[in-house]
Amino acid sequence: MSDRLSIVVVEKDRDRAIQIVDALKVTDDYDIFVIADERGLARQIAARAPDIVLIDIDNPSRDTLEELTLASGPLERPVAMFVGGQAGGLATAAIEAGVSAYVVDGLLPDRIKPVLDTAIARFQVFRRMRTELAETRKALEERKVIDRAKGMLMKARNLSEEQAYALLRKAAMDQGKKVVEVAEALVTAARLLG
Amino acid sequence: MKTVTLSAAYIPLVDAAPLIVAQEMGFAEAEGLTLDLIRAPSWSSVRDMLAFGRVDAAHLLSPVPVAMALGLGGVTTRLAAVSVLSVNGDVICVSTALADKLRETGFAFDFADATAAGEALSRVVTDTLRIGVPFPFSMQVELLMYWLTALGMPRSRLDVRTIPPPLMAQALAAGEIDAFCVGEPWGSIAVEQGFGALLLPGSAIWAFSPEKVLAVREDWAETEPHLTDRLIRAVWRAGQWLSRPDSRITASEILSRRHYLDVPAEVIDRSFEGRLVLSPRGEQRAVPQFQVFHDGLATFPWRSQAAWIARQLALRAGLNPQSAMHAGRGVYRSDLYRRAVRSLGADLPGASEKLEGAIAAPVTQAAVEGSVHLMKDLFFDGRIFDPGQP
Repeated sequence: MSDRLSIVVVEKDRDRAIQIVDALKVTDDYDIFVIADERGLARQIAARAPDIVLIDIDNPSRDTLEELTLASGPLERPVAMFVGGQAGGLATAAIEAGVSAYVVDGLLPDRIKPVLDTAIARFQVFRRMRTELAETRKALEERKVIDRAKGMLMKARNLSEEQAYALLRKAAMDQGKKVVEVAEALVTAARLLG
Repeated sequence: MKTVTLSAAYIPLVDAAPLIVAQEMGFAEAEGLTLDLIRAPSWSSVRDMLAFGRVDAAHLLSPVPVAMALGLGGVTTRLAAVSVLSVNGDVICVSTALADKLRETGFAFDFADATAAGEALSRVVTDTLRIGVPFPFSMQVELLMYWLTALGMPRSRLDVRTIPPPLMAQALAAGEIDAFCVGEPWGSIAVEQGFGALLLPGSAIWAFSPEKVLAVREDWAETEPHLTDRLIRAVWRAGQWLSRPDSRITASEILSRRHYLDVPAEVIDRSFEGRLVLSPRGEQRAVPQFQVFHDGLATFPWRSQAAWIARQLALRAGLNPQSAMHAGRGVYRSDLYRRAVRSLGADLPGASEKLEGAIAAPVTQAAVEGSVHLMKDLFFDGRIFDPGQP
């Protein structure tokens, strides 16, 4: 058996897969295979018999990996989700970062650690990007609603944009709400009134 | 009112209702709790979040804590099933192609007779039956295995595949599987989308099977006995509320919201009413005991239920059934459940084990105080499980 660790990365998104593979290649000389098509995932993985499987913790197909923990044949090597043990808080760090690792029975912790460290670092970046994207999107949505509410006030009460915004802010302050909440209420009410 | 916030993970399913309702209808607040409900993408992530302390409690498949106690599966932290959340509620759904083949043989979709349905299935499936289940440790797997092996279908003809519930209909449409067994609303969604027909309710195989449990970490239950009690009571009250016919519409509306199940309220209501639409043709069937949240001591975590599950798991995994049953029993914490609900004036049974599959019609039995009502709990083949028998 070769000494190189074989790793399967389950990742649909091509860019993310490339980033993970590149990061791992810098870490050590691994035998890496990416699975992008998740149909029959358990079978695909079983066929490659990797030492380690890396998969996004939010991937719904992760449940199919649970089948691999029940290897039934004498030649099959059961895998277990990596839960730390000697490597300490690594499992918790992995869960926080959003990656789960399945490791073949009997693999030594010091061989797993560099792989997981790399994966954790990579997934932390992904998570940060996802959060930033969601926040940007939310800010955009909020601005849209506020703009619409402003426009409605300007038209209905013949106000300038500045006055309309001041009115929204005052209403929010009086009611102890966020400006966007008042704007949303106004837009919804206007829709109901036709 | 000042409350303690507990986080709880769940999978979008109708039987997550007790947790969702406990929070939405104020039963949690009445116990001084706020539930921070976290919708999870997969059962592994529910289990991991609970095992690694990301959440305090979880809506979990009834066999999962038992499997973990037996050392089966990826993670083996000790969990405590402190209450059953729901009894029954699964459906077996076949692809439209398979449904057509069944109809050609003259099989009438009665949605009741498990023997007839199983025999018809054996006749038309000549090679292997590819069947989807939500998780390797699930009541769905237990019901399917019990049903098809009792009818003599060899294990080699079954290709059981794990697919997350919301993706079942898609897998059926893509031809990856011929059938699946899953909790509602995901069977009805496949019917709505025109990909499948409902063959049987889970209750046709076992009339009273524990489907989901309320699980916490065993060490958490020990360090937080008061929170454990309050959580059990909040969920118990939610189940009681859910069992009232006039709660149905409100419950369906709440569950249908985007951040919970995000499916039409009308489809969810079918489970609560126990009246299912079987196929895109629109035939309907009413199913007694389709899904039970309160009546018949539905939420009591019977140690004999855990023993039954442990025995089935052990037989398939090649473990010693006797020691598995012993280990399994300890996970269903009827002791903690009793301690928590006593103050609610709930009727409690005298024993924490019973024969499983021995009640043919509703009965009233003497209890700790007063009496308890038990519902039909037969297995389709009439076998009786005695947890005390080796």
